[in-house]
Amino acid sequence: MNWASLSDFFAMGGYALYVWGSYGVTAGLIVVELVLLVRRRAGILTRLGRRSHTSP
Amino acid sequence: MSAGINWFKYAAPQTFYPLAGLLAAGFGVLAALFCAVGLYIGFFVAPTDHQQGEAYRIIFIHVPAAWMSMFIYLVMAFWAGIGLAFGTRLSGMMASALAPTGALFTFVALWTGSLWGKPTWGTWWVWDARLTSELILLFLYFGFLALQAAIDDPRRADRAGAVLALVGVVNIPIIYFSVQWWNTLHQGASVSFTSAPTMAATMFAGMVIMAFGFWFYSIAAALMRVRCIILERERGSDWAAQLIRSGA
Repeated sequence: MNWASLSDFFAMGGYALYVWGSYGVTAGLIVVELVLLVRRRAGILTRLGRRSHTSP
Repeated sequence: MSAGINWFKYAAPQTFYPLAGLLAAGFGVLAALFCAVGLYIGFFVAPTDHQQGEAYRIIFIHVPAAWMSMFIYLVMAFWAGIGLAFGTRLSGMMASALAPTGALFTFVALWTGSLWGKPTWGTWWVWDARLTSELILLFLYFGFLALQAAIDDPRRADRAGAVLALVGVVNIPIIYFSVQWWNTLHQGASVSFTSAPTMAATMFAGMVIMAFGFWFYSIAAALMRVRCIILERERGSDWAAQLIRSGA
């Protein structure tokens, strides 16, 4: 085990800004990509689904 | 050939669509598992580096992201080239589906590199060959996306994008060998195909497991995106219209 306490873990030996800045932005971008993909799919299904219902 | 599976069947968007859904789910689960194990090793098993302290832990996303940024480009260019040569619709869709995820990992490689460079080199950025060629890779992805977005006809957009993607392939060996060809601030490879890694075994294991996690994530994200592209482009056909109505 590398860390004596939780605050020790978050402090990252004084490199918290660099380490958490890296991991935070990476995780954030992955979440944003997944949300955009789910929304794109939902948008296609509602937009095109509605159109095909109303068209003769 | 008659006894085996007819793989060419899956070159048709109609048959690939449900398969892509299954594969996306499977690779998504694998990606979550590998990233969880990789992060555990990276933070709790791998020891503190005696030179860089804890700052080195950026390696567990920096190196896998950089590998993926180059690998996804090669796969994207491969599908773009197949589409250009054989006119297969699905190939162009795969290339388009890979580009945003490739751009994401290129940005992550640059961003984490910058945050790693500051405490270890004393600078966020330097115009050395490795960093500059990786930045050019990001612009190639953006150029590919912008070019395709600017052309209304999807088949023409595929062809134009394919030419750009194939020309840009020349940048990949430049990135990979830049640390040998030029005198760079960026260090040489710690891991290569020809020699043993010059790092602690647990550090190496964490890095490789994270690379598999990112790889599986990329597959899952690209397949989710290609399913959207298939629906958008094939919406005029009976099978796609039926799928959209049923909400599948």
